[in-house]
Amino acid sequence: MSALGEVVRSGVGRRRVQAVVIGLSTLMAVTASVLGATLLDVSNAPFDKAFAEQRGSHLTVRFSADKTTTGQLTANVPGVTATSGPFPTVSATPHAQRGQRKPMTLVGRADPGGPVDAVTLSEGRWAGPGELVLSADTPMPERLMGSRIAFPDLPGGPTLTVVGVARSVSRTADGWVSPATITAPAGYQVLYRLASADTADQVDAAGAAVAATVPEGGVDGARSWLAVKREAVRETAVFVPFLVAFGLLGVVMSVLVVGNVVAGAVGSGTRRIGILKALGFTPSQVVRAYVAQALIPAAVGTALGVVAGNLLAIPMLAETEQVYGTATLSVAVRVVAAVAAGALGVVAVTAWASAARAGRLRTVDAIAVGRAAPTGRGRWATRLTARLPLPRPVGLGLARPFARPARAAALLVAVAFGTTAVTLAIGLVSSLAVVQDARQTDLSDVVIGSFSGGLRNAPMSPEGPRPQLTPATDRAAVTAAIDAQAGTKAFYSIARTPVAVAGVTASADVLGFGGDLGSSRYQLISGTWFRTPGEAVVPSPFLNATGTRVGDDVTLEDRGQAVTVRIVGEVFDTRNDGMRVLVDAATFPEAPATSYHIAVEPGTDVTTYLEGLNNALRPLGVVADPNQDGGVGDTLLLMGALIAFLTLMLVAVAGLGVFNAVVLDTRDRVRDLGVHKALGTTPRQVIAMVVASVVVTGLIGGAVGVPAGVVLHQAVLPAMGESAGTGLPAAAFGVYGPVELALLVLGGVAIAVLGALLPAGWAAGTRTATALRAE
Amino acid sequence: MTTPVIELRDVSRRYDGGPPALHEASLTVRPGEAVAILGPSGSGKSTLLNLIAGLDRPDAGTVTVDGVRVDGLGEAASAKYRRTRIGMVFQFFNLLDDLTVADNVALPALLAGTARAEARRRTAELLASLGVARHADAYPGRLSGGERQRVAVARALVNRPALLLADEPTGALDTTSGEDVSKLLAELNADGQTVVVVTHDLALARSCTNRTIRIVDGHVTEENR
Ligand SMILES: Nc1ncnc2c1ncn2[C@@H]1O[C@H](COP(=O)(O)OP(=O)(O)OP(=O)(O)O)[C@@H](O)[C@H]1O
Ligand SMILES: [Mg+2]
Repeated sequence: MSALGEVVRSGVGRRRVQAVVIGLSTLMAVTASVLGATLLDVSNAPFDKAFAEQRGSHLTVRFSADKTTTGQLTANVPGVTATSGPFPTVSATPHAQRGQRKPMTLVGRADPGGPVDAVTLSEGRWAGPGELVLSADTPMPERLMGSRIAFPDLPGGPTLTVVGVARSVSRTADGWVSPATITAPAGYQVLYRLASADTADQVDAAGAAVAATVPEGGVDGARSWLAVKREAVRETAVFVPFLVAFGLLGVVMSVLVVGNVVAGAVGSGTRRIGILKALGFTPSQVVRAYVAQALIPAAVGTALGVVAGNLLAIPMLAETEQVYGTATLSVAVRVVAAVAAGALGVVAVTAWASAARAGRLRTVDAIAVGRAAPTGRGRWATRLTARLPLPRPVGLGLARPFARPARAAALLVAVAFGTTAVTLAIGLVSSLAVVQDARQTDLSDVVIGSFSGGLRNAPMSPEGPRPQLTPATDRAAVTAAIDAQAGTKAFYSIARTPVAVAGVTASADVLGFGGDLGSSRYQLISGTWFRTPGEAVVPSPFLNATGTRVGDDVTLEDRGQAVTVRIVGEVFDTRNDGMRVLVDAATFPEAPATSYHIAVEPGTDVTTYLEGLNNALRPLGVVADPNQDGGVGDTLLLMGALIAFLTLMLVAVAGLGVFNAVVLDTRDRVRDLGVHKALGTTPRQVIAMVVASVVVTGLIGGAVGVPAGVVLHQAVLPAMGESAGTGLPAAAFGVYGPVELALLVLGGVAIAVLGALLPAGWAAGTRTATALRAE
Repeated sequence: MTTPVIELRDVSRRYDGGPPALHEASLTVRPGEAVAILGPSGSGKSTLLNLIAGLDRPDAGTVTVDGVRVDGLGEAASAKYRRTRIGMVFQFFNLLDDLTVADNVALPALLAGTARAEARRRTAELLASLGVARHADAYPGRLSGGERQRVAVARALVNRPALLLADEPTGALDTTSGEDVSKLLAELNADGQTVVVVTHDLALARSCTNRTIRIVDGHVTEENR
């Protein structure tokens, strides 16, 4: 073996702890980075991937059945590479479920495959005559498998059996049926793949070319895949700001800790470097030796980190896949390559820089390092702690950071980053809980005719459709029954009416509130709640979609009638995509109540109450149900798990930074610690001394990191809301109380102490005789 | 007959793989004795001293000091044992560079639970009697070798140990300072302090001790004089 190789080998072998620390910190850093970068990567890619897999429709056109013939629809259009269709299509409103009153787009297709939009069956089989395949975008479609849904507005009023669930990435239908089921198509759907469809202009041009092949007015509507994509990625877009924050935190922290570890390892080898030079090594040989010495464990750590990152990404990607259905997601090779190259680059550069400094030192000086008289820094602190009423080992430990300020600073940075991460994470989790809470706007115990969950809250009963509030239902009798029922505390009604918003092509639901709103809980983002008829509060997406602000007037059109309301408040509500207008029931006096929300007296058994109320309601043909609003969303759970995991990762990296600093320090002081022990310091006192040496730094780190975390939280949260298209209630921002903040600062101390415990134990366990022999 | 301060019985110590650094060594030291341990480099002198001080454990045999079975003590117990019964002086002083002279001396007293004021008083008294009182607030780095060793001796004596152990106390000193320290040890012994000094300096052995033990290749022999 060459002399250089020998030096590297012995350097790695003899400094095992250092090598392990370098390896471990690169492992953590690489794992965290692979994970963060992958999540960033896939939050964009799944749509593209799934779209490619299904040969998605770049342009979906609906032709009018009146003005075109199917023969015209198969014409060759330049720029089109493949087509599917024409498929007969019709819009039909299902009757079977309470709540589901939205018309569905039904498309007649003989099979799920084809050259364009090959939809994926996730459940059951394809529809034959009299059967229906639901889109996977229907809420909880699996629960409707096997149920029968009536379409009274189709010719003959057929009832179709749900036999499958399928996903079209291009979102071409709400349900598919066999072509024969659509006896009177309202139009024909044709799906196009285009040679170039990257920009809206290209898709529009193709759309114009398609329109030119049919008579004037033959095209009812066209949809670009770009619009579909925008809608699809909005769900995951909310992740991005938080991933960016954590990703950046992780990367910066990893770079700092790895850099620190390597610089410390090389720096503590200064004397060895001097001896090597005295033996005739050239400075460049020394540098090479030390870079190699750092790169070997770093390479091992990187390799393990890549494996760990990939393994940990699997469950997380599985969750993401569920959102997108088809695509099988994986960690991109270029992500791994970039992270690995980045990690090794950081190690190489820091090792090179610190070794080059040591290599340039005059040999005599380098040898003298460690022998040289101590700098005398921080002696005032030692004198000060001597006067404090503390056990001497603790006092000596407390004074220690002042003797090595640079090392203490490195430790401080690690702790500060760790507490920043924890503070941000705890803040985000609490805010998300607040948001989740705010989504539950109805706290009542019992509901009649609730539409809040749509299909989700409308299980098919074996006896057929559940009775519900119809326009003919006697409202006065219903309220009388509720009033008369023992145990009723208060109730309110909502009259829901679909309206068009004048001047913009937007439709919205008006919710007219009547009665005692005590058990409703809408959280305002700004402005005030409506006080008089003619005032309205609306969710943020409504403001965005209509280009209005609090204080503006909007005109709502309901069956030819126009009502102008003034927006007095912005409310947090994401249902119906936030396209809602909340008003006093008197604003739309004609609209009948569509649901009742009842709060029962405390101590009332809801089941017994329901039995009594339903007995009274039976003659009216309506049924009361327990309120099932709420429940934690999948996205939120996934987000919580992700936050917890990334935080743990960052705390581990921070702990490693502390660990490294303490290892270097105890190594430097091995002889001093030996002297202490020779004088009768017990192992436990040695541990106390080493731990005390990080407490003050940990405290300062916490005091710096916590405000940084709070600032980051206040920046990330609105960005997340914005990505989700909504403002957030004020309560989501005020999640840090003074007690929490104090505890978080103490968390900094905890990170420091945890990182210091192991080396403290080593220092305590070293044989005194050995320690005293150490040079 | 008085009970011995040190009682070693058939003590062996072998460092992993090598020849025994100490082979079935037996030794008895009585209160008030001043013993010199002589021997060539690598013969096992420091090993013997470390075993007595409880800094190391024998592979076989028993070590009893001041009535305490040292060989069986755990880490914490041996630290407490050292604190109260042993004072140690080293060749390279081993003063703590970040503590003042006075703080260095007071440290073992504070560890032993002595009140701060009492520790300060005792320190001042020792530094005065050893002639280094004017350096009390200085840091060890500024002192000459001889002065440092006096401070180390003061530190070793602060808890009034039954036994003062010195490993090559003059090894790093010039002749004058060496003689100085040797005289100091002789005076302490004259006042009744039991002293064990490791050295390969025959003159030192003669001047400050009244008994000589020789170690050659880990074998202990008594030398008559
Ligand atoms: N920690 C250790 N690990 C391995 N071998 C050791 C250790 N300490 C001492 N030895 C060996 O034990 C033998 C005795 O060492 P010791 O230090 O007791 O000698 P010494 O008589 O004090 O020598 P010197 O006069 O040079 O100080 C030597 O061969 C030494 O190499
Ligand atoms: Mg020796």
